[in-house]
Amino acid sequence: MDLTRSPADEAFRAEARAWLRAHVPSVPLPSLETEEGFAAHRAWEAELAADRWSVVNWPAAYGGRDAGLARWLIFEEEYHAAGAPGRVGQNGVNLLAPTLFDHGTQEQRARVLPPMASGEVVWAQAWSEPEAGSDLASLTSRAVRTDGGWLLRGQKTWSSRAAFADRAFGLFRSEPGTAKPHQGLTYLMFDLRAPGVTVRPIGRLDGKPAFAELFLDDVFVPDEDVVGEPGQGWRIAMSTAGNERGLTLRSPGRFLASAERLRDLWEARGRPAAARDRVADALIGARAYELFTWASASRFLDGGSLGPESSLNKVFWSEYDIGLHETALELLGEEGEFADTDWSEGYVFSLAGPIYAGTNEIQRDIVAERLLGLPRGRR
Amino acid sequence: MRFLLDAEQRAFAASLDAMLTAADTPAVVRAWARGERAAGRALWARVAGAGVFALAAPEAYEGVGPLPVELAVAFVELGRHVVPGPLVETVAATVLLAGLDDPGPAKRLLPALVSGEAMATVTPPGSSYALDGDAATTRLSLSGSGLRLCPGHGPVRPSLDPARRPTPLSPGGELLATDAPVARAVLWARLAVAAQALGVGLALLDRTVAYVRQRTQFGVPVGSFQAVKHRLADAKVALEFARPLVFGAAVTLDPADVAAAKVMACEAAYRAARTALQSHGAIGYTAEYDLSLWLTRARALRSAWGSPDACRETVLSGGRRR
Repeated sequence: MDLTRSPADEAFRAEARAWLRAHVPSVPLPSLETEEGFAAHRAWEAELAADRWSVVNWPAAYGGRDAGLARWLIFEEEYHAAGAPGRVGQNGVNLLAPTLFDHGTQEQRARVLPPMASGEVVWAQAWSEPEAGSDLASLTSRAVRTDGGWLLRGQKTWSSRAAFADRAFGLFRSEPGTAKPHQGLTYLMFDLRAPGVTVRPIGRLDGKPAFAELFLDDVFVPDEDVVGEPGQGWRIAMSTAGNERGLTLRSPGRFLASAERLRDLWEARGRPAAARDRVADALIGARAYELFTWASASRFLDGGSLGPESSLNKVFWSEYDIGLHETALELLGEEGEFADTDWSEGYVFSLAGPIYAGTNEIQRDIVAERLLGLPRGRR
Repeated sequence: MRFLLDAEQRAFAASLDAMLTAADTPAVVRAWARGERAAGRALWARVAGAGVFALAAPEAYEGVGPLPVELAVAFVELGRHVVPGPLVETVAATVLLAGLDDPGPAKRLLPALVSGEAMATVTPPGSSYALDGDAATTRLSLSGSGLRLCPGHGPVRPSLDPARRPTPLSPGGELLATDAPVARAVLWARLAVAAQALGVGLALLDRTVAYVRQRTQFGVPVGSFQAVKHRLADAKVALEFARPLVFGAAVTLDPADVAAAKVMACEAAYRAARTALQSHGAIGYTAEYDLSLWLTRARALRSAWGSPDACRETVLSGGRRR
């Protein structure tokens, strides 16, 4: 067992740290869930991309550095420790891109990935529907065959970033009446500004339009924007879901930085005894998450994969993130209720964690049935 | 950076697991709790024979150490099988003796600890009790004046875990050193407790999963009910995140890492104990049913060699990341 980094990795760390020190905005950007903030975050992605820091673990051909998983983790540590902005492109980078690497065509990768890396095209996800949430396979939005492509019909909802994004990806029913609900689904990419698309932003808990409803009325999608084989969408999407709840969406660097900020806040407030245990537990949890991730990364590098273990991860980080922010709000005392503190945006964001990317109830079912081997039962 | 156990370490764990499975440890634990030491001593000799007590001892004293990762591997298995006796205390005594400026006491006392002929106990700093002082043959006490070899012990004070038999140590005895590496001994002891707690928790979860799969009510296994599944899933999450903390602490031996591992592993084990008890129902609440051996151990380990409170203090006073 070894936790040391190679000199080459440490040189990479130093290079990232120096770049971030020179470029991270000294004043935080406006919330990325507002029109103004979205634009500012898009410009930040372009700045990162200009020096190849936006997608370090991607191949150089698409704007990355071929840095690999270990250096991606190092980059994330530095990124969050530097207090750098949130990533407006994360739906595309963390969910669609891994899917294209595994299931897309060469043409799709060449066309889609470089503008994703630069923030020129920002992606939204389009999974849920009004009647298909945790039971995603029951979705009814249709993809109907037409000359040279498909026509999308139906309604999607809780589409993160869709209020200001450019394009979206999701699952559509291309073969109605299959024996099982997860059969006959197709994974498609579409333009949010195409004729027939109506985007209705939805205010999240604090009113900011962080997601949207999508109404699709015979929206044309060319064949080149089908990912993988038509009808195979479920299998393809599940490989994406594993990424979302697993390693990529919540890097340990983020929690290490948040836990240190929490310790700073606790010390600045005179180390109140009432919060002491929770501050300690935030530091302990961040270290546990870091080491858990390194163990997972080591298994990857040995050729292993992330299976149902990603559900352990998702339950842990989502509960952890809320607990950490609740502790911060309590340390703020009277200011804890204000919406403009350093912690308010993160708190509101954290509350969604146990719901998206598969609710924690679904994740616990997966842990119980696939990792512990308990019998399936009614949900 | 490769943060995984290697094949040799995994084989060591598997061989200990097989040896302890064959040893029928629940019967040994029950005899030990009654003060009958023969079976416990025999098991102790086998644990020593597997090399466990050599892991903290340097080669100069017939050990193979220091090998903290292997020690953590071993203590996970010892916890999984609720092996009784002053296991952690023997590790602490080993570290204390090996770290004295004068090699005399270590030369005299350590080889017998490594071979398993002797069994050591120690009063942790701030405590008045040494675990299994009646069974131990090498009794060390730490006080302001230094490290002493105690001549005897007082009466056993019953523990909530009947297999743990804390005793006061008699005052006086031979002064071995005026200055002993107490902090280092506490570090190793905490690491061993954390690993042991992880093993206790993993066993509690395994036994409970097996139980809820075969116990039926309303015509179906109780393990098919979401209320049961989700508690067990939460126990699994806590244990799987404690595991890398324990092994990470073994790699760095940083006091904050070790304290973090002890807090989280003991908490995860205790939560697993509560879930195990609830999922078993009334049968789990009996002394007769073997689950009780793990339930009571999980509680006792929380306060051994540093309370959660003391360990959190160590975490908070630890170094910053940058």
